[in-house]
Amino acid sequence: MKGRNRWYAAPYIAWMILFTVVPMGLLLYYAFTDGNQSFSLASFQKFLDPVYIKVLGRSLWLAFLCTLICLVLGYPISYLLAHHKHGNFLSMLFILPMWMNFLLRTYAWMSLLENTGLINRLLTAIGFGQVTLLYNSGAVLLGMVYNFLPFMILPIYNSLQRMDRSLVEAAGDLGASPAAVFRRVTLPLSMPGVISGITMVFMPAVTTFVISRLLGGSQFMLFGDLIEQQFLQASNWNFGSALSVIMMVLILIGMAIVNKLGGNQSEGRTIM
Amino acid sequence: MKKKFSLRNWASNGYLGVMLVFFYAPIVMLMAFSFSSEKSRATWGHFTFKWYAELFQNPEILSALRTTVLVALISAVLATIIGTIAAIGIYGYKNSVRTVLMNLTYLPILNPDIVTGISLMILFVFMKLNLGFFTMLLSHMVFNIPYVIYSVWPKLNQMDKSVYEAAMDLGARPAYAMRKVILPQIAPGVVTGFILAITLSIDDFVISFFTSSGVQNLSIYIYSAARRGIDPTLYALMTLMFVVVLTLLSIVNLRSNKQQTTLDKRR
Repeated sequence: MKGRNRWYAAPYIAWMILFTVVPMGLLLYYAFTDGNQSFSLASFQKFLDPVYIKVLGRSLWLAFLCTLICLVLGYPISYLLAHHKHGNFLSMLFILPMWMNFLLRTYAWMSLLENTGLINRLLTAIGFGQVTLLYNSGAVLLGMVYNFLPFMILPIYNSLQRMDRSLVEAAGDLGASPAAVFRRVTLPLSMPGVISGITMVFMPAVTTFVISRLLGGSQFMLFGDLIEQQFLQASNWNFGSALSVIMMVLILIGMAIVNKLGGNQSEGRTIM
Repeated sequence: MKKKFSLRNWASNGYLGVMLVFFYAPIVMLMAFSFSSEKSRATWGHFTFKWYAELFQNPEILSALRTTVLVALISAVLATIIGTIAAIGIYGYKNSVRTVLMNLTYLPILNPDIVTGISLMILFVFMKLNLGFFTMLLSHMVFNIPYVIYSVWPKLNQMDKSVYEAAMDLGARPAYAMRKVILPQIAPGVVTGFILAITLSIDDFVISFFTSSGVQNLSIYIYSAARRGIDPTLYALMTLMFVVVLTLLSIVNLRSNKQQTTLDKRR
């Protein structure tokens, strides 16, 4: 089969160069030039302004919190599902909202959190009075967790499902306590799932501009909003491209770190 | 034994239950309000289908729906054809070239949507294409093709290569062997890729948002309507989309269950 049918790939290779490689090249070109199309690092210098650094810091912090909350909430869900007798059906239920339009899910929370929304109606009825729930970082964080939690549950659940259960029994038979079995066997074996869960939650959380716009209001700016604004409102493509490049580099670094940590875990597994 | 574990069972079911409520409460509540005559969700009016009627009379929503369906179908069909042929072609290369091609293919999957959207927008402006339906369609093909290739790829790997070699040795023309030997073996992957492409296309907002202007798909419509404020027709839309998704997923699941049982039977 080798060597045959190669030319089948030719149209796709042309397509890929035009629609994957060239756009990346153009993005880099805009990032490293100024308005006069000459080489310049001005856009990156502009980014060092505390205003922009603060936006990036807020984005990273919220994405970190979101990932942490998803891990803390999601791992037990995956674990319980993997050991549940109706696990297959229940996991379907947990994954289902993921297939619902992302904007509608966010919109649902928008109308629940509103000043005249259902939650505020309940609070007033109990006697708490009206609370402003929308347009703050809490609402944005809630929206992120709600939207991205399935991305954490699914990979961890899959890795726990694939795990060889006899290892757990063996560890128990050899005298390990349930806590030790979890720490030394189950957790290391589920680590690939945890790693991909972390990347699948962190990535969209750090790049989103929809959740922050809808639940945080136009005053609440995240890194994604900043990029969107440079292209669609400020028409500063050079700065916007530079910001996109910074975002890509940060994500690549983040993924390298997470993979490295995961790699150490799997080494620990072979020692055990 | 059973008694000892009952508290634990109770706690674990309780936790799963609470999390399911967290997932479904917003959806179910808004579905309920899609049948309420009152515009504000503060009070429940009487049962009505009027928001559904309005939904189907709103020309903006109808044209957005048409755009979403057309883009999803056309981009999924074209992406499936291009992606399947590409996967077979890439499979024919030796390992080093394969790795490079597959990694480049992975780039649009790996890249954040916003970066893909923006870089395509820059490309289209650079090519002097007007941002609209056509550019949206092209962009959807850009992110759909890699998913098709990655769906077909495992089937190519599982394929029994000797059958193809045998067909060629017995004098089959390459095109005939392709149709009669390779395609039937990778067909499940092709179908998975096609369904994946349709769902991704329907669900996409960010890339469509940057690569089209003036043309709205449903996601773009929802985004602008959500920024305008309360709109019960959106609840009706949500209810309908939920039902559609539920139906599609049931079909996919039944299909994969059927495949699983035939696989089990073979064992």
